[in-house]
Amino acid sequence: MTLNVADVTGSVKSALLAISEAKDLAELKIVKTEHLGDKSALSKASQALGKLAADNRAELGKIVGSARAEVTAVFEAKLKELEIVRDLKVLSEERVDVSLPASNLPKGGLHPLTILTNEISDLFIGLGYRVAEGPELEAEWLNFDALNIPADHPARTMQDTFFIEPLESRLVLRTHTSPVQIRTMLENKPPIYVICPGRTYRADELDATHTPVFSQVEGLVIDRGITMADLKGTLDYFAQSIFGSDVKTRLRPSFFPFTEPSAEVDFFFNGRWIEWGGCGMVNPKVLEVCGIDTSEFSGFAFGMGLERTLMVRHGITDMHDIVEGDIRFTRSFGIGGR
Amino acid sequence: MKIPLSWIREFSPIPQDISLEDLENAFVNVGFEVEGIDLQGRDLTGPLVVARVESIEELTGNKKAIRYVGLDCGEGSNRFVICGATNFVVGDLVVAALPGAVLPGDFAISARETYGKTSNGMICSARELRISEEHSGIIVLPADCAKIGANAIELLEISDVVVDVAVNPDRGYALSIRGLARELAASLGLKYSDPAQKVNTAEFAINTKGIQVAVEDKTALSIVYIRTISDFNASAVTPLWMSRRIEKCGMRSISLAVDITNYVMLELGQPLHAFDAMKIDTSLIMRRAGSTKTIKTLDNQERKLNSDDLVVADKSTALALAGVMGGATSEVTGKTTQIALEAARFDPITIAKSSRRHKLSSEASRRLERGVDPSLAEISSARAIALMIELGGAKYVGSSSSGEPKYAPIVSFDPNFVSKYLGTEVSLSEVEEKLKIVGCDVAKKSTTNWEIDPPSWRADLLLAPDLVEEVARMIGYERIPSTLPTGKSGTGLTPMQYRKRSVANFLAGNGFSEVYNYPFVNPDFVSQLGFVGDRAKSFRLANPMSEEFPDLRTHLLPGLLLTAVRNQGRGAKGIALFEIGSVFRNTEKLEAQNVVGTDRVPNEATKAKIYKSVPNQPLHVGAVVAGKLGSDGWNGKAQDFTWVEAIGFARAIIEETGNVSTTSSSDFAPWHPGRCAELKVDGKAVAHAGELHPRVIAELGLPERSCAFVVVLSALGFPETKKLQTLITMPAAIQDIALVVDGSVSSSTLEAALRAGAGDLLESITLFDRYDKLGDGKVSLAFTMVFRAPDRTLTAEEVSEHREAAAASALKVCGAVVRA
Repeated sequence: MTLNVADVTGSVKSALLAISEAKDLAELKIVKTEHLGDKSALSKASQALGKLAADNRAELGKIVGSARAEVTAVFEAKLKELEIVRDLKVLSEERVDVSLPASNLPKGGLHPLTILTNEISDLFIGLGYRVAEGPELEAEWLNFDALNIPADHPARTMQDTFFIEPLESRLVLRTHTSPVQIRTMLENKPPIYVICPGRTYRADELDATHTPVFSQVEGLVIDRGITMADLKGTLDYFAQSIFGSDVKTRLRPSFFPFTEPSAEVDFFFNGRWIEWGGCGMVNPKVLEVCGIDTSEFSGFAFGMGLERTLMVRHGITDMHDIVEGDIRFTRSFGIGGR
Repeated sequence: MKIPLSWIREFSPIPQDISLEDLENAFVNVGFEVEGIDLQGRDLTGPLVVARVESIEELTGNKKAIRYVGLDCGEGSNRFVICGATNFVVGDLVVAALPGAVLPGDFAISARETYGKTSNGMICSARELRISEEHSGIIVLPADCAKIGANAIELLEISDVVVDVAVNPDRGYALSIRGLARELAASLGLKYSDPAQKVNTAEFAINTKGIQVAVEDKTALSIVYIRTISDFNASAVTPLWMSRRIEKCGMRSISLAVDITNYVMLELGQPLHAFDAMKIDTSLIMRRAGSTKTIKTLDNQERKLNSDDLVVADKSTALALAGVMGGATSEVTGKTTQIALEAARFDPITIAKSSRRHKLSSEASRRLERGVDPSLAEISSARAIALMIELGGAKYVGSSSSGEPKYAPIVSFDPNFVSKYLGTEVSLSEVEEKLKIVGCDVAKKSTTNWEIDPPSWRADLLLAPDLVEEVARMIGYERIPSTLPTGKSGTGLTPMQYRKRSVANFLAGNGFSEVYNYPFVNPDFVSQLGFVGDRAKSFRLANPMSEEFPDLRTHLLPGLLLTAVRNQGRGAKGIALFEIGSVFRNTEKLEAQNVVGTDRVPNEATKAKIYKSVPNQPLHVGAVVAGKLGSDGWNGKAQDFTWVEAIGFARAIIEETGNVSTTSSSDFAPWHPGRCAELKVDGKAVAHAGELHPRVIAELGLPERSCAFVVVLSALGFPETKKLQTLITMPAAIQDIALVVDGSVSSSTLEAALRAGAGDLLESITLFDRYDKLGDGKVSLAFTMVFRAPDRTLTAEEVSEHREAAAASALKVCGAVVRA
C-alpha cells in the first residue's frame, strides 16, 4: 500500500466533513467507525507507516499523527455538542408536573396547649426561672389551706372543686397550679423564680368558653426587695411576648386569699381589654406557713388560663375545638414552627 | 349587688351627668367589677298615670278571665280598658298606660278593639314596666299614695341607673348601699356621709322590757341585739319609696315589717330578722341545735338540723336557723302586732357551715359569712324599729343585748413600707390621706411607726400588705410602674421536661396528632376493655360532672379510643393520636387525713405525711392508630400500620430516653393476646404495644387491625450521659447469614445469640428477611452482620471466623441451623 500526503489530507478533509454533517449521536458513532475506526483510512495510514523506511517514516508519521489528532479533536468537540443536544432533549422529555401532591408523608401535630406551654416555659427560662410541676390529684391542704383558703371560707366556694371519695382522704383535683408553688416554697429556700404550668380542674360545664379540665400557668417569684412594680413589669414582658410587642396590660384591684394586694390583669388586644388572669403580692400568711422569712423576702405570683390565652391569640371561638381532640385542629398547628 | 344610683346619691353627690363609662371605671378602679348597668325607664315614655278602678265587668266565654275595667284617670270621664289580671277590686289605685305611651320592648299603646270592646289603654304589671320581674298581676298602688292622674313614672321613680356590682369575699361591708356609696365616693373624690352615723340609738336604750336574749355559745357570735315593739299596724303598707328601692336592688316587697328589715339590710349591710313576739316562749337564746332535730323554715321546708347548726330558740324550741333563714312558726304575718327584731354579729364560719349544710344561700347568709360590721347590730336594729314606729305606728317596748362588738386590732405600720412594696414613691401624707378615706384612724408615733386603727367594718385589715392594698386602690393601680426582675436560680428544663418534649416532638413529627383528653372515665367502658387488677382500681369523684364518667383514668387508652371514635365519626381516616398525661391508680388504701393547721410551718413529719397522702401519679404516653399513619396518594399507597410499627414506636421512645428494652410477648388487655409486646427495661415492664383486641376494635367500630402503644415515661430511668467512641473509619466487612430455627424461638433471642458469638468486632446486626413457609413449624431468619476493626482492614478469613462463631452460638443457644 502506498502512503502519500495528499491521501492523508484527503482523509482528513472527508472525515471533518462527515463529522460536521453528523446530526446526532447515532450518526456520529457511524462517522467515528468510518473515519477513526480500525478500518478507516487514517488507521490504515498508521498501519502503513510500519512498512516504510525509517527516514520516510518519521516525516510521514508526524503528518499522520497530527492528522489523526486533528480529526479526533474535532470529533470530541462534536460529540460534546451532540451530547448536550441529546441531554436537552431527554431532560425536556422527562419533565414532570411538580404541582402534583408532593408526598403522602404522615401529618401529625402537637396540641397548641403543648406548643404554648413550651413557648412560655422557654420565655421564663430565658428570664432565669425554673419550670415546676406537681400532681393533679392533690392534697386539700396544699391546694387550699396553705394558700390561706381555710375550710368554710367563702373563697373556697369561688372554685367549684372536684373531691375524691372518701372525703376524709382530703384529696382534690387541683383547682389551680398554686399547690406547686406551695410545694416549691416548702422545699426550696429563696430566691425562688418558677413558673408552674399544668392541668387544673373546676366543676364548670363544658361550653363555648368553659371547660371543667383546663390548663394554667402560674408564676412565683420570692426574693429580696420584690415589689408590685416587678409584678407589673413581668406581666408586661409576658403579655408582649405572647401577644405582640405593642400590647398593653392593666392591673385592677381584686381579691385572692393568697395575695395582698391582689389584682386582675387585663391586656389590650384588638381594640378591647381582655381579662387574662389574677395576680398579686404573695400574702405573708402564705409565705409564713411555707417557712419564708417575711422580714427578708417578699414575692409576687400570677396565674392565667392557657385555653383563654390560646383562644384570644388564635381567634378560636369554641372551647370544644380545644378539648375534643379532633385531629384537624391539632394538625393545623404542626409541631410548633408556625 | 344591685344598687340604684338614686339611693347612693342620698349619701354622696354623684354628678347627674356622670357617663356610664366613668361610673363603671370608678367602681373597677377600686376593685369592684361591674356586671351590668341597667338604665331603668330609658325605653319608657308616658303618658303613664295613676288611675282608680271605677268599675269591673267580667267578660265571659273566653279561655281566661278577662275584665273590662272602667278607670278614672283624672280626665273628667272614665276610660275603659281590657285587662287579663284579676288581682284588684273597685277603688284600687293602678298604673295605666294611655294611648301614645311606649312601654319597654318598643311596645306602643294605642286604643284597640279586642274581646268585642274598645280598650283605651292598658293597666300595667311591674314586669311590663320592667321595674321588677313581678307579673302575677298588675301593680296595685298603696291607697292615697298619689292623686288620680298623677305621673306614675315619677311616682314609681322608674327612671334610675341600677348598677350590678360584684363584691369579692373579703369585702362583706360592700354588700350595702353604705359600703358601695363609700367606695364610689372615694373613687370619684366626692364627699360621703355615713348613713350609720345618722341613726340615733340613744332613744332605744337597753332595759329589761320586751324579749330578753341570752347567748349560750359565745364562739358563735360576738354581739346580739333584740329590740321589741308593740302596737304595730299589721295592715300598714310599705311606702312606694321603700318598696321601689327594695325592688331596684333585686328583692321583692313582701310586707311592711319584712320590707323594713330588708331595707335596712340593703342600706347598712346588717341582716335583721323580725319575729312575731307573741309566738316567742318567754325569751330568746342563741344556741347550737344540739338535740333539736328539725325546724320548719320560712320557705315551708322541714329541715333536719345538724347538732352544730346555730339556732335562735325560745324556751321550747328552735325558731330560726340563725343568720340563714327564719322559722315558719314565729314568722311575721298579716296579724302580727308585736315584733322582736334580732340583729347579731355572727361568726362567719358558723354561718357559712350552716348555709352549706342546708344548701341555703340567703341574702342574710351571704352577708354574714363575709363578716358584718360589729357596730351595726346596735345601729341597724335601732334604725329598723325607728322605721316601724314611723311607718307602722308601733310603740317601743324595750331592748336586750348580749356580748360585745369585737373589732380588728390596731396595726403597727411603717408607712414607708407602701413605697417599698409597690415599687413607686407614695408620700407619707398621701398614705395618711388614703388610709383615712377608707376609714382608718391614723396615729403617727414616729415617721416609721404609725398605729392604724381600722374602721369597724374592715376586719380584714390585719397586716401591713392589707394597708398597702388600700393605699394602692385609692391612688390607682395605674400608678405602679413596670420593672423586670430576673431569676437567680434558673437551671433550664429538668430531664423529665426534656423527655416529654422530645417524645411529643418525635410522635408529632412522625404523623401522630396530640390530644388532651379529660381524665374522667366510665367504669363499664373500662371493664369492657378488659382492664383488671391495679389497672382497674380507679379513684371515684365525690361530685363528678356526669354520672356517666365518675372515675379517674387508670390508663390513657380509654380516652384515646373514644377520641379516635369521635374523629372517625367526623369522617377522619388514618387517625393516629397520642397523649402524654398522668394516670391515677387507687392501689393503696386511702387513709383519713387529719386537719393540718396553717398557724405555723408544718414540721418534716407533717410535711411527709401530707406528701404521702397524695397518690403517685405515673406519667404515660399513649397512642392509638386507627388505619394507616399516612394517606394513600396518586403515587402509591401508604404503608400499613401494624403491630410491628406499634412495637417499633414504643421501642423507639424507650431508646430516645437512653434506655435499652427487651421485648417479649404478653397477653394484656385491651391488646390482641397474640399480638401484644411487653417491653422491659432492667426486668421491669415499661411499655405495651401491638394490635388491639379484635373484639374491642369491633365494638368501637374502628378499622380492623387498629393498634396502640403505651409507654410509662415516669418508669424509665435517666441513664448517665452516653460516652461515644471515636467513629471507626476503617472499611466494614459485611456478612449475611440465614438460619433456620423452630418457630417458637423469638427473633430477639436468636439475634442475641448471634451477637454473643460474633465477638467485639461486630458493629451491627439487622434482620432483613423472615420466611415461615418451610414447614415443620420452622422459620428462616436472615441477618446482615457488619464487622469492623478500629485499626485495620479485616481479612476474609477473619470475618468468616466471626461468622462461624456467631453461627455456632446460634446453634448452641437456639438450635439454629445455617440455611443452605
